[in-house]
Amino acid sequence: MGDFSKKVDAFLDAFINQNGYAKVLEGLQNTLLIAVLGLVIGILIGTVIAIVRVLPKYKVMPRILNGICSFYVGLFRGTPIVVQLLVFYYVMLPLLGIRMSSVNVAIIVFGLNSGAYISEIMRSGILSVDHGQMEAGRAVGLSYWTTMFKIVIPQAVKNILPTLGNEFIALIKETSVVSFVGATDLYIAFNMIGSNSYEFMVPYLVMALIYIVLVLLISLGIKIMERSLRKSDRRH
Amino acid sequence: MIDVINLQKSFGSNKVLNGIDIKIEKGDIMCVIGPSGSGKSTFLRCLNCMEDPTGGQIIFNGVDIADFKVDINIHRRRMGMVFQHFNLFNNKTVIQNIMLAPVTVGLQDLKKAKRTNVMIKLTNLFRSSRMKKDLVPITTNKAEIKATAKENAMALLNRIGLADKADVYPSTLSGGQKQRVAIVRALAMNPDVILFDEPTSALDPEMVGEVLDLMKQLAKEGMTMIIVTHEMGFAREVANRVLFIDGGQILESAPPAEFFGNPKNPRLKEFLSKVL
Ligand SMILES: Nc1ncnc2c1ncn2[C@@H]1O[C@H](COP(=O)(O)OP(=O)(O)O)[C@@H](O)[C@H]1O
Ligand SMILES: [Mg+2]
Repeated sequence: MGDFSKKVDAFLDAFINQNGYAKVLEGLQNTLLIAVLGLVIGILIGTVIAIVRVLPKYKVMPRILNGICSFYVGLFRGTPIVVQLLVFYYVMLPLLGIRMSSVNVAIIVFGLNSGAYISEIMRSGILSVDHGQMEAGRAVGLSYWTTMFKIVIPQAVKNILPTLGNEFIALIKETSVVSFVGATDLYIAFNMIGSNSYEFMVPYLVMALIYIVLVLLISLGIKIMERSLRKSDRRH
Repeated sequence: MIDVINLQKSFGSNKVLNGIDIKIEKGDIMCVIGPSGSGKSTFLRCLNCMEDPTGGQIIFNGVDIADFKVDINIHRRRMGMVFQHFNLFNNKTVIQNIMLAPVTVGLQDLKKAKRTNVMIKLTNLFRSSRMKKDLVPITTNKAEIKATAKENAMALLNRIGLADKADVYPSTLSGGQKQRVAIVRALAMNPDVILFDEPTSALDPEMVGEVLDLMKQLAKEGMTMIIVTHEMGFAREVANRVLFIDGGQILESAPPAEFFGNPKNPRLKEFLSKVL
């Protein structure tokens, strides 16, 4: 046990006196930034793709768009996110001659990636809304798009909220690969503390705890949101 | 008001409507009966192009709305529809359900008028003073459109005795209440005609009466109505014409006394002997 407390002391020294905490905060901030902005971008892309995929397919244009979206989804779901990060950072950017910070690269790639997953979630959400809702909107003279955005999508989003929460949790966990392109995340921060104190047991333990607490907090937030949404259905 | 000419509809190779011809005049109460699967719903849904006809014409107020080139949304404003399963908007309160279409459509028209005026002003810059075009008069604004729609919706709710339910969500209403709200939602657009597809078939028996009573009131006020129904008593009492559809064709069309008292088509005779 004395051995363990020595390890804790070494960790605290590295964490407090050698600026470890600043690095951890930076890592935490990046993790959250990448996950949150990735989710936002993902929701935008996912919604657009989902709408294209449920569009009636009599005409040529929807079919072409549908083909493009299928390809996109297949591409991003069919390759590991680490590969997507590496290709974007080390292949695409140099080829296009663009300079971009690794955190920004991570945000974009995570957004593109989760857009593919969220499009499937959103599509099943839209399909779960009774077709009668669309018909009722069209029957009073509303256009397809007005009915889609005012009636169908809000109900779809409500139905998939728990699944979207899970996607957010998955994003938080997956951000642990962004160090592959040199972004500072929690892993990099605690790895640095470990290297400084020549001791990795406590840093990685603390890192695991932070991830667990983050995920628990998000789950709790989702539960609260679900409950208040359910209440709005039966207010009277 | 509606002139259906040789209407045909197929789903793939399944020919559901085989040439339907019928004229509906203003103030008509037309009930449509027939065996299940005979194409009654399909006929009704073709009238407002919820199903696109595969042949024939539907002349509504002088325009063939079966033509793909017409903007169907404009014409649907003039045709209400009431569904078997109510289809109230689940994410809107009762009053929002009634207000949504009038407000949305009102705002759309307002926006369009403003856009037109901008164009007229722009082109007027290049016209000589004698040739200048007049602006489209705009007599309303956003707030007024909303206020009018709300007032109108409240009046409709009062009429059906559900004013106290204005701010609840549809999930808390009984079936009969839902269907009555659905009917006034259609009324809110001041339509020329309302299409009903088995409006009481999904209701518990004790709620059928309240919905039929509301429909009778509308009939008395002169609303044009086309009603697919299995309520023979209602058809006999309220309709001024009853259609029998089977196999995607109108086999009999007569005033109710004759239709029920002296049916001619053998299939109708057989059908009536089963249901009466
Ligand atoms: N959207 C559809 N797709 C394919 N077949 C359909 C569709 N709607 C109706 N049908 C077919 O058309 C026929 C008539 O249906 P319908 O008009 O609903 O009959 P009714 O309302 O008289 O019971 C049925 O055989 C049904 O299977
Ligand atoms: Mg039917």
